[in-house]
Amino acid sequence: MKEITYRDALREALVEEMQRDETVFILGEDVGRYWGGAFKVTKGLAEEFGDERVRDTPISESAIVGAAVGAAITGMRPIVEIMFGDLTTLAMDQIVNQAAKIHYMFGGQASVPLVIRTPFGGGVNIAAHHSQSLEAWFMHVPGLLVAAPSTPYDAKGLLKTAIRNNNPVFFCEHKLLYPFKGSIPEEDYTIPFGSARVVREGEDITIVATMFMVHEALSAADTLKKEGLSAEVLDPRTLVPLDKEALVASVKKTGRAVIVSEGCKTAGVTAEIAAVIAEEAIDYLDAPLVRVAEPDTPIPFSPPLEKAVIPNKDTIIKAVRNIA
Amino acid sequence: MDDEGNGNLGNPILDRSRLIELHEKMLTIRVFEERVFELYGQNLVPGTIHLYAGEEAVAVGVCSHLLDDDYIVSTHRGHGHCIAKGARLDRTMAEILGRKDGYCQGKGGSMHIADFSKGMLGATAVVGAGIPIATGAGLSIKLRGTKQVAACFFGDGASNQGTFHEGINLAAIWRLPVLFICENNLYAMGTRQSQAMIVPDIAERARAYGIPGILVKGNDVLEVFKAAKEAVERARGGNGPTLVECKTYRRMGHSRMDPAAYRPRAEVDEWLRNDPIRRSKDELLRMGISDAELAKIEARVSDAVNTAAEFALNSPFPDSKEAFEGVYGQEGT
Repeated sequence: MKEITYRDALREALVEEMQRDETVFILGEDVGRYWGGAFKVTKGLAEEFGDERVRDTPISESAIVGAAVGAAITGMRPIVEIMFGDLTTLAMDQIVNQAAKIHYMFGGQASVPLVIRTPFGGGVNIAAHHSQSLEAWFMHVPGLLVAAPSTPYDAKGLLKTAIRNNNPVFFCEHKLLYPFKGSIPEEDYTIPFGSARVVREGEDITIVATMFMVHEALSAADTLKKEGLSAEVLDPRTLVPLDKEALVASVKKTGRAVIVSEGCKTAGVTAEIAAVIAEEAIDYLDAPLVRVAEPDTPIPFSPPLEKAVIPNKDTIIKAVRNIA
Repeated sequence: MDDEGNGNLGNPILDRSRLIELHEKMLTIRVFEERVFELYGQNLVPGTIHLYAGEEAVAVGVCSHLLDDDYIVSTHRGHGHCIAKGARLDRTMAEILGRKDGYCQGKGGSMHIADFSKGMLGATAVVGAGIPIATGAGLSIKLRGTKQVAACFFGDGASNQGTFHEGINLAAIWRLPVLFICENNLYAMGTRQSQAMIVPDIAERARAYGIPGILVKGNDVLEVFKAAKEAVERARGGNGPTLVECKTYRRMGHSRMDPAAYRPRAEVDEWLRNDPIRRSKDELLRMGISDAELAKIEARVSDAVNTAAEFALNSPFPDSKEAFEGVYGQEGT
């Protein structure tokens, strides 16, 4: 095992998959040798693989994703970096109407082995256009797979699976997690999609959390432990497919669930997970489901304002206390 | 004297046998579209249709330069592109009718036909969306180091989408082997080109991207053929993309239910006289083709379309359980 950051884990996955398969290439704004990606995930890759395979693009999100779709259906395995998740809005037609539909709409004649990597999440005071968490939008599009890793181990293993997958994968990263350290094995590994991880075992309540919220949930569980409450923390790791069995199994055990995610509450990630639990495990619930998410507001700039809308350890603890 | 020893007049662009091929292909598209229209009237075509009749010279003039492994990207008005690229008439018709033997097993329909075995990468019904996809096919060609080319068909309306700017710019800076073929039929649904842009010619926009822009009479298959030849040679030679604007006209409305009352009668009459198939036929007559030969071509086309329609009508509808299948492909490598 070795200690590595989330950023470096992602980079290792890219390097290893580019070494493994010549058809894998990267395109995006400032991903090349002069910048190495806005969050430095692709730093050094142009030097190793050349400017043809690590391509800087103009600021043209729609054409970046569109070109990746065109390349994917003609024998290549492109990886797109969209600098901020908020900017995927500029490429929505290509993601939703093209990439996601091609396999089905053309009767299975083509697959679209495309990965779109992008960072979501708030917490760094860059306001309404650079802080959103829009994962739920992509869960709503049949044909897309959606990964949302919370640790370096998951980031590397899921990204490798994403690159090898023949379907378009929307790969959510989190900007607060890039410097976050964790251990990963020295040897090659992948993580299958649709397999949640019990990050911490517990008996009294299930906290389902995604991405950066997994770490807030763990902090909350530490505090709750001191009060004698044993919380299980479950990370779905992929939102599509969602590991329903793991959700149901945990709720069967604890009888209570708090669901935590960044992103707006209405029709958000927490809404879908809550609906799954309600549909498939309501008989096991001893208390109402509670959701912790962002209120339905844009992300504000000023630090106290931003802090007020993003879920954290304290809001999770408060939610747990409501039902346990 | 040509190869067959006929003492007819030559044409500097195409020899007679090649022009006959192109003429027959255009006529096939026309008769096919007329049959689609007829079947629609009999309630046998679900949804709507956007017919290619009137624009045949563009698809045929361009695709006559393409090999099976070259790519095209098509639009909602795409039947003609499919046929010109070599897709089978019967499976194309079956798709339009929503049948199991259609190219997409009935999941795509008139606006989403694809035949990947012939490099037909599919029709997208979002106006302008195909432009970056064709650019990506060009990028793939460049990265794989083959001599293929990609041709992208789109209309005048699409040239006002952001994807036109983004996609052509990207192809230009990377010198990708792509032909951007604008089928300017003068109307985006009911909106005249002059309402939607100041420049009279979309080909002029090529200058903004530093690539050649060629303006041709899109109803003259010889002119389209000549321009496409130049563009294909430039692309195969590694010298980047070309924008070719083909001025043309729909023989019918935008879609099945559109009587196209927004088009002035005199304009319609003039364009109908300027019909691409009539022009190629006139040229063949000038070159000395006999009425008997023309009749033979017409009979062949008519038979082919009849056979395709019969195949499609005999094909079953897909089983409803297939709606739930094929959202995702096989997992991976």
